[in-house]
Amino acid sequence: METPLIEFKDVSKRFGTRTILDRVNLQIYEGQVTTIIGLSGSGKSVLLKHIIGLLKPDEGTILFRGKAIAEMKKKEIATSLAQISYMFQDNALFDSMTVYENIALPLRETTDLGKAEIDRRVMARIEQTELSEAAHRYPSELSGGMQKRAALARALVIDPQIVLFDEPTSGQDPVRKNAILSMIAQYQRKFGFTAIMVSHEIPDVYFISNRILALYDRKIVFQGTPEELENFDHPFNDEVIRSIEGLQEELTGLYSKRQFKVMNHAQLKRRTLGETYSVAIFTLEDLGEIVKNLGYDAAQEAIKGMGVYIDKHFSAIGGFSTRLSSNEFVTVLPFSDLAEAENILSDFVRDLQAHGIRDIWADTRKQAAADVCVEFAILAGIAQGQPIAEIDSIIDSAKNQQKEIARLRCDGGR
Amino acid sequence: MTLNENSRKLSESKAGWQTVTLLTGPFAVFGRAAISWVNNLGAAVIFLLLAFLKIFRHKQLSKIVQQVYYIGARSTMIIMLVGLFTGMVLGLQSYHALVKFGAQGALGTMVALSLVREMGPVLTAIMITARAGSAITAEIGIQRISEQIDALDTMRIDPLSYLISPRIAAAIISFPILTVLFDLIGIIGGYVSGVLLLGANAGTYFFRVQTSTEMKDLTDGFIKAIVFAVIVSTVCCYQGYFTHMRTDSHGAKAVGLATTSAVVLSCVLVLVSDYVVTSLLI
Repeated sequence: METPLIEFKDVSKRFGTRTILDRVNLQIYEGQVTTIIGLSGSGKSVLLKHIIGLLKPDEGTILFRGKAIAEMKKKEIATSLAQISYMFQDNALFDSMTVYENIALPLRETTDLGKAEIDRRVMARIEQTELSEAAHRYPSELSGGMQKRAALARALVIDPQIVLFDEPTSGQDPVRKNAILSMIAQYQRKFGFTAIMVSHEIPDVYFISNRILALYDRKIVFQGTPEELENFDHPFNDEVIRSIEGLQEELTGLYSKRQFKVMNHAQLKRRTLGETYSVAIFTLEDLGEIVKNLGYDAAQEAIKGMGVYIDKHFSAIGGFSTRLSSNEFVTVLPFSDLAEAENILSDFVRDLQAHGIRDIWADTRKQAAADVCVEFAILAGIAQGQPIAEIDSIIDSAKNQQKEIARLRCDGGR
Repeated sequence: MTLNENSRKLSESKAGWQTVTLLTGPFAVFGRAAISWVNNLGAAVIFLLLAFLKIFRHKQLSKIVQQVYYIGARSTMIIMLVGLFTGMVLGLQSYHALVKFGAQGALGTMVALSLVREMGPVLTAIMITARAGSAITAEIGIQRISEQIDALDTMRIDPLSYLISPRIAAAIISFPILTVLFDLIGIIGGYVSGVLLLGANAGTYFFRVQTSTEMKDLTDGFIKAIVFAVIVSTVCCYQGYFTHMRTDSHGAKAVGLATTSAVVLSCVLVLVSDYVVTSLLI
């Protein structure tokens, strides 16, 4: 069995008479995105600070690659901790330093690299995080999203093997929240670090997380994949996840992935055996090109615009939708066979080609970091489902049927 | 033994405890305050020793130079202004006191010795505390409450070495230089009021300044300036660094209180240590 990168064994932490962590046991594995979820004030940040060594447990053991930190020599601890970077909830940027100086600080102070090499590495991170124009500005002169990116650039400049993110999306609007999460996912894939994140953003974090740890009542009550969490029968699900998802639905109109499945099952139960439904899958192609040319904020605006457009169109006729992955949406059309679904979809395609894609582009452009046009396409595929068939297999079948339904062309054509 | 007897004895013993608590209460308050004071003093001494040792680490020079500019160079104007008027007041008061005894020729001696031995080091230390010390506490305090110091820890940058050591080194360099500047400008101030305004003899004034000021006076003033530098920089850095440990307040209010405590404590300790150092050197 794989040795966990970080393991907590019966870790307890108290502040005065208040117990924050009570015999916590958890495992975090290398190369994955692990997200710790829980209510505000449940001790998620305290847990994270134990990993980086800012706090020490009152009881229990923390193991790093199978070895107890308490038994390590000072030099060994320093070597282990040198592989970890930490991104603070409030960024913790030095307000008397420019963005460039903030990012260069760990290299200047902890390495013997020359000025030219430091400059090369810092500028590379600045470009990757789209902060070129803000390099010589102070943190107070930046927007919240840019400050987050600066903090992320500083955390990544030492090429860490493990990055801890403490509420990376706190205080951000919905578009920027998704932008930051996709940025973390993209960098994690690009640089291959192990990401450990504390977040409230349910279900958004499910899309980028390999594992979820649920902290509830001072203990880790769940460890597993996002899919396993959906079937987890525990008060945590009622008290934490449903309350957050309820808010999410009110804010965006789209259902969470879990609610989507629940609704689908409810619809199926009501129907008699043999009745059909259809599933449509929509994909925003060329999302990478939008990110590359216009930035994360613009890409997230495009995704948001597409989600709102799909929901507006299909919810009016009884459909319900959710986001499937970073650039995919799924819609269930109850009581519709394939022929009906194709008719509904052709109305949608006409509308999308006439106005929708331009509206999406107009909103995207407002958030763009550069004044350039990026061509992108929207694909759609439909499949007919049977009540006895699993929704996932219908989704796969719809994906296989996908074809281009609209394209934004920079020369004005569609 | 009956139940009644038991409960009577219990209430008697409770009443006895209450009397003891009432009598020892005030002493307990002083005791707790004394323990807390000794704890803080010990922590501050360890803080100073660790920070002092880290002055000699790699990559410190540029940070020390930066702090010398901030603590020293940028305090020059205020030190010159205060030095000038201190010297002028000293010249004015001394002249009127000495003229009664026909001893106005000793004006230079009085002004020079007062400044070099006492007023120069003490007033310089107090002025730097007010100008730079308070800013050091506020800056470090804000860095503490906004997790910037924790961020240094997570980046494997030693906060003591990065934030505190350069400031202590810069204070040790700046205080004696500014004290000498204060003394010089003060002597000129005494000349302005005593000689130019009140008519004392210029030659006698400078002759007395030169003959009465010995090397020992200068080195004593120098030693005092270094002692004050260590006290002021340690107190101001310590108060800022441990802002988050304050029990009387949190956040921005804690930074404000830490700054006030740093200034008041530094000034009091400067005056107390002045007496101690003088009595040892005299």
